[in-house]
Amino acid sequence: MTAEQHAKTELAVVGAGPGGYAAAFLAADLGMRVTLVDPRPKPGGVCLFQGCIPSKALLHVSKLLSEAEEAAGWGVEFAKPKIDLEKLRSWKKEVVKKLTSGLSQLSTQRKVNFVQGTAAFIDSNTLEISVARDKKHRISFQHAVLATGSRPAGIPGTTIESPKVMDSTGALELEDVPKTLLIVGGGYIGLELGSVYASLGSRVTVVEMMSDLLLGVDKDLVKVLRNRLEKKFDAILLDTKVGRMKETKKGIEVTFQSKAPDVPAKTFEKALIATGRKPNSNDLGLENTKVEVDERGFIEVDGQRRTTDPSIFAIGDVAGEPMLAHKASHEGRVAVEVIAGNKAEFDPRAIPAVVFTDPEIAWCGLTETEAEAQNRKVDVVRFPWAASGRALTMGRTDGVTKLLVDPETERVLGMGVAGAGAGELIAEGVLAVEMAALATDVRLSIHPHPTLSETVMESAEVFFGQSTHIYRPKRKSKS
Amino acid sequence: MDVEFTLPDLGEGVEYGTIAKILVSVGDELEMDQSIVELETDKAVFEVPSSISGVIKEIFVQEGEDVKVGQKILTVSSKAEAVKKAVEKPAPAEKSAPAVEPEPVSPKEAAAEKAPEDAVPTKTAMQEMVPEATPASFVPLASQKPDEAAPAAPSVRRFAREIGIDINGVSGTGPGGRISIDDIKRHAKALSEQRAAFAAVPAGIPLEPLPDFAKWGEVAREPMNKVRRKTAEHLGHAWTTVAHVTHFEKADITQLEKFREDYGKKAEDAGGKLTLTAILLKIVSAALKVFPQFNASIDLARSEIVYKKYYHIGVAVDTDRGLLVPVVRDVDRKNIVELSVELTQMAQKARNKTISLEEMKGGCFTISNLGGIGGTGFTPIVNTPEVAILGVSRSRVEPLYVDGEFEGRLIVPLTLSYDHRLIDGADAARFLRWIVEAIEEPFKVLLEG
Repeated sequence: MTAEQHAKTELAVVGAGPGGYAAAFLAADLGMRVTLVDPRPKPGGVCLFQGCIPSKALLHVSKLLSEAEEAAGWGVEFAKPKIDLEKLRSWKKEVVKKLTSGLSQLSTQRKVNFVQGTAAFIDSNTLEISVARDKKHRISFQHAVLATGSRPAGIPGTTIESPKVMDSTGALELEDVPKTLLIVGGGYIGLELGSVYASLGSRVTVVEMMSDLLLGVDKDLVKVLRNRLEKKFDAILLDTKVGRMKETKKGIEVTFQSKAPDVPAKTFEKALIATGRKPNSNDLGLENTKVEVDERGFIEVDGQRRTTDPSIFAIGDVAGEPMLAHKASHEGRVAVEVIAGNKAEFDPRAIPAVVFTDPEIAWCGLTETEAEAQNRKVDVVRFPWAASGRALTMGRTDGVTKLLVDPETERVLGMGVAGAGAGELIAEGVLAVEMAALATDVRLSIHPHPTLSETVMESAEVFFGQSTHIYRPKRKSKS
Repeated sequence: MDVEFTLPDLGEGVEYGTIAKILVSVGDELEMDQSIVELETDKAVFEVPSSISGVIKEIFVQEGEDVKVGQKILTVSSKAEAVKKAVEKPAPAEKSAPAVEPEPVSPKEAAAEKAPEDAVPTKTAMQEMVPEATPASFVPLASQKPDEAAPAAPSVRRFAREIGIDINGVSGTGPGGRISIDDIKRHAKALSEQRAAFAAVPAGIPLEPLPDFAKWGEVAREPMNKVRRKTAEHLGHAWTTVAHVTHFEKADITQLEKFREDYGKKAEDAGGKLTLTAILLKIVSAALKVFPQFNASIDLARSEIVYKKYYHIGVAVDTDRGLLVPVVRDVDRKNIVELSVELTQMAQKARNKTISLEEMKGGCFTISNLGGIGGTGFTPIVNTPEVAILGVSRSRVEPLYVDGEFEGRLIVPLTLSYDHRLIDGADAARFLRWIVEAIEEPFKVLLEG
């Protein structure tokens, strides 16, 4: 390393995922000189390269396949679909390429200095960037934003190294469609990818340690999804752990430990480990700074996303749950505003979460599970999709929309939806919660007919016992 | 199933404390109401009782650590049925946690009750008014539930943040208490008016930078304990706001000493100690009745004088943690023996850390007796929002010219510091004179007090 390569920047952003690039772009818009560092050739991060975007492309195909199958019931019959994996993969790649190239261009237009490499701190104001083997240079910064994201976490002692055992990144590569596939972990990643493989023809088994899928999500919403997945998947093993995994000629032999008696060992052609993600806070040279990391590996930050080192900020997955791209982007913008001297703070009332299975599950704000844990009194009002005209016309009455309302102030505190397109519907809930809307506000806003969005309005009507399409008089107990 | 215990609401606006002692350890079987930690808050140390039960799995705090209300203290693994989530306030265990409000009042009610009283610069309100923010304490309208996110749109929240208003203290006028930009403006205006009323108060004199003492020799640094910190803040505030004047007097206590010797036994039998301070309590309460302006506070914000119709008197107690001022309630309704017993108990409680915050609030006047240690006179600082304080120094035999000859009399020096904003010099002289005469002629108390 040579001394003359000691460059300077106002803001260094480490990690170019949705958090990092959003931060870098806003900083550039505010007139800062910005350096954006990422090991990938273009901005986008896990979200674009190995996460949200490729999985959604595949899930779209998966849904199309299910619908084609269901159309037989409506009098339209298609031939059994032929799947050209090669073409499917390249379409997925194309989507990713379009998006990341677009980001690359936006980055250039804003004069953000994008550096491909891995960065580590030398001290609280200097980064060392390795751009290639033996090629390193240093850059000093006034402020840094850490947006290094997270990576799949295996189960220590159980997960084995084998080409037949994948993590989410491997599964998205779509190397082949195994005849049988074991998904370890009933969280959103496992269920989304399981749905893709099931649609493409794999016989999927999901094994989940807890008593239900999607830990922490309201049970009534999970139930809607589980009903459908039970048909789509070969088996859903709840209260069950993977005992031992062994690679054999035929695939991966797996034993189970279950509360249910005798779950026999079974061999799967492939297995996907989807047991969660862990923050990328190691190998960053944090020991050379004052940044502190908690016992789970998350970097500790305050309301402004400042770490315990005043010149360094952290956002996104590496700064704590929930590990969601849209939370990271918002945090990234908050951190940059703070650096620019504005009085910004990360203070959301509702961070939406969406599980992109079919049907989708989405929620925001307070959930029933949380309300229960806090011993908090809320009125939960539900509108079943069986009463929605739009749901009927789509042949998808398997759904429910609900609002959580404060019985005293009548304020909307949270919303939950399970059903086709729930991810799009939830945005209205976010707006309602953030604006501190009352159930009346939602009820008195005209919603277009016939759409699924009417279920939100009608849920609010249920609160007053006046829903047009279901008869459920207001309970007397409410005062 | 693991259950968390978080630091419960301590009542009285106390938001944090220092863990003085951890009374349990990992692996212990924790029972309901068992004391978990000894917590030191502004002026009290008390034990925090558990609201959960089970085997302690992990403890997240350390002795000496500052903890906030709501902070996780420990987790227990417990059988689900044994546990009711620790969300509600713990039952008030009178002895171990006196600072916990006895009845959980709904916030709306509490605010309604408190509103008029808060407008009076009581000790807490005054202390909160001087530093920035904490507007909630003196804005008449009620704010939301404590844990509730303020009902305001993101743009409104941003506006509040930008002009430096804590939105959780703003009351909304919209449906469901929703806060608008106008509400924020109204709140900010009310705040600045309050501040303007206090303009006489220097908004905070910038700290002079400290030199590097280590240059000249070895030094040691120690964090201030809570009592010291609070004393420093409070007396600093008193010193900068009160127009201090100190008046000097001497009282002949020869007769009183005799009385003390004669009746000391009576007080002792009752469990007290018949000290000069105990007697002065009674005399001062009588004097406050005769001179009501000494049992008052100034409300500059409203340009009003608050006259108190009760007679609670604080007594400065020297403890190993620093100066504490327990307050003896309704002094006018108790006799001297009763007062001597109560004073002994209060002083003991202050010294062995069992005194509660509540027992140190609500005073009308303070007595500080340094006579046991020495001194010929000192100028005490008025304990705001009170308006006067009596200092007692060491008594000694002095020659007094009585009926044509010198006589040795036991004389005690008395000083009265008062807030000249409210009290005129002549009144102060009369007040202290009245006390001296009452000491010398106790019958006066019966006659006039």
